[in-house]
Amino acid sequence: MVSVEKKNTSPQQEVLEKALQVKGVSLWRDAAKRLRKNWAAMGSLYFLVVLALLITFTPLLPLQSPTELNLKDRQYQSPGFGAATLGSSEDLKFKDRSLVAELASYDEEKSNLVDQIAKETDTEKRTELELELATKQGIGHPFNKLWHRPGYITKALIRTRLLVFGDYCIPSLCGTDDSGRDVLSRIFWGGRVSLVVGLVATLVSLIIGVFYGAVSGYLGGIYDAIMMRAVDILYSIPFIFVVIFLITILTEDSNKAFLESYGIDKIVIFYFAIGAIYWLTMSRVVRGQVLSIKNEQYIDAARAIGVSTFPIVFRHVIPNVMGVVIVYLTLTIPAVMLFEAFLSFLGLGVSAPDVSWGLLVNEGVKAVTPNKIYWWLVLFPGLALAGTLFSLNFLGDGLRDALDPKMKNR
Amino acid sequence: MIQFLVKRFLWLIVTLLIVYTVSFFLMRSVPGGPFQGEKQLPPTIQRNIERRFELDKPLSYQYFSHLNKIVFQFDFGPSYRLKDYTVNEVIASGFPVSMSLGVFALSFALVLGVSAGVVSAMYRHSVWDVTLMTVATLGIAVPNFVLASLCLIVFVFYLGILPAAGWSSLESVLLPAFCLGAPFAAYIARLTRTGMLEILNQDYIRTAYAKGLTTYSVVTKHALKMAIIPVVSYLGPATAGILTGSLVLERIFAIPGMGTHFVEAALQRDYTLAMGMILVYTLILSVMNTLVDMAYAMLDPRVKLE
Repeated sequence: MVSVEKKNTSPQQEVLEKALQVKGVSLWRDAAKRLRKNWAAMGSLYFLVVLALLITFTPLLPLQSPTELNLKDRQYQSPGFGAATLGSSEDLKFKDRSLVAELASYDEEKSNLVDQIAKETDTEKRTELELELATKQGIGHPFNKLWHRPGYITKALIRTRLLVFGDYCIPSLCGTDDSGRDVLSRIFWGGRVSLVVGLVATLVSLIIGVFYGAVSGYLGGIYDAIMMRAVDILYSIPFIFVVIFLITILTEDSNKAFLESYGIDKIVIFYFAIGAIYWLTMSRVVRGQVLSIKNEQYIDAARAIGVSTFPIVFRHVIPNVMGVVIVYLTLTIPAVMLFEAFLSFLGLGVSAPDVSWGLLVNEGVKAVTPNKIYWWLVLFPGLALAGTLFSLNFLGDGLRDALDPKMKNR
Repeated sequence: MIQFLVKRFLWLIVTLLIVYTVSFFLMRSVPGGPFQGEKQLPPTIQRNIERRFELDKPLSYQYFSHLNKIVFQFDFGPSYRLKDYTVNEVIASGFPVSMSLGVFALSFALVLGVSAGVVSAMYRHSVWDVTLMTVATLGIAVPNFVLASLCLIVFVFYLGILPAAGWSSLESVLLPAFCLGAPFAAYIARLTRTGMLEILNQDYIRTAYAKGLTTYSVVTKHALKMAIIPVVSYLGPATAGILTGSLVLERIFAIPGMGTHFVEAALQRDYTLAMGMILVYTLILSVMNTLVDMAYAMLDPRVKLE
């Protein structure tokens, strides 16, 4: 029976079927296969994914308050397993010394007020009540006493956390700092700032660098020469010093007020200042790649059917340099994070009540005295920072090896 | 060679001019200068201060007058905040300190990095190789201020074998130089190892062994000379990194160098001082880069200076 069936199909069809079974291996699939074999890079990747998830959903985790001061009995506690609950401090004057109970009474009072406003007919009294409601939602909100200016999403996440875990908190596994704040919780909230600065500033540098490098490489000739000479000059400027200078001037009171009227605050200045340094190397890398692919046939084909310069750059050139860009990206993020930590450490970056890892290490170093060693204030934030930088570097190295065709079959 | 130096010198002037211009206009973008703000001064005093810093003159005059003084008299003017000090005096007091710290750190990084790299490459896949390279990979990731803080806790406060801060004895240089140089030592070790592994497979190394030379002289006289080339080209970025790193380390260890003064100047908004220092840093970096390029060409005959 089998032989009869075989006779029915022509040899051409057979070859075609065989050919269909063979799947082409794209560059990305090949790279992914090689990356999966590199256990150090994969371990780093998993670590970073877990870290990113934890940091994104920090408000959901049963952590203590990162900002609540407790100067009476919780200063400089060494790491331990003492139980802690939210809103238990006497200074907060929470109902039943519990955030859950306080939140319930707050919600009740708020809905009462809203009802009153709806019923009130006298306009004067009505505005008075509306003012009261606004204060209540602002400073009066119990969340604002325990967290620094939580946004809507953060508030919703904290509410979910209260539903799931109640007032329970993870004990101060990493100790407490000079103001009695829980270090573990501050590491998590500080990680949000550190990672966001790393990502956004890298994104800024990516956009500038890729665009500049691609245009310069593609246009070539005199444009390329001028654009790259400019990069050379910028390279020989010690940028870190200029950025420090820039940040001091832009955060001067008068300039600050001016910039804030346009909605630009210190963190935004930060993103752009840092992004403005790191685009240089990116543009060089991209230019080199563009030079090598701009004579490929598919670019000629695009030009032949009449596509103009910028669509070619965006649709054909840039997508093809992405491999190198991604590698460089994973190596830029740790550099940027380190720079942020560095500036915050010097007192020129993120400032209280915001926290970042650099700031935490700085606070730890300030607390070091000959009399008493608060090692946990330096060690744990330092570990968080070093661990993240370490895995980003490892992942970058792994990606570079995986995407490098020379490393094939090794 | 001369042509190369002249070209470099011209680029240096362009760079310095750009840095000067950018920082000058940034500095002047603060309305009313740094003396208006916290408390209102009596008008006469205000006028006196403005005359002293030439703030009452038109902007273009200020720009060229300040530039003129810097170029022809090496005079950066008086400091805005440190009373009775000129920027030159502050730089003169800080520069030797920072310079020696930097030189210590760099030589430390070179000695430790190169020897670790050579050992690693010679005994490839041994316990030594794996240990050294793991330490090196860790060393690159740990920020120098975290390392410095931990070292401070362990060596100064816990073991008590080194002085905490200051700039008085050789012992007090040890810890800052170590912490400053460590990340660079780690990177240099990796570069040396890669370079050595490549060179050790070359024919001329086999020839050297065939002549009957000892391992020691093959490594030191033949292999190292070529393997160290990537390290030499890394010295440019390393210098930049050490200049930056000294900002933090001088602060942690309370060393009265240029870094401390620069951070103070930035925090206190002492613009003239900060600007003078940026120019000095730019100069150091450019000179170092030129030296590195020259050394590179000398070591590797295939490289031509252009």
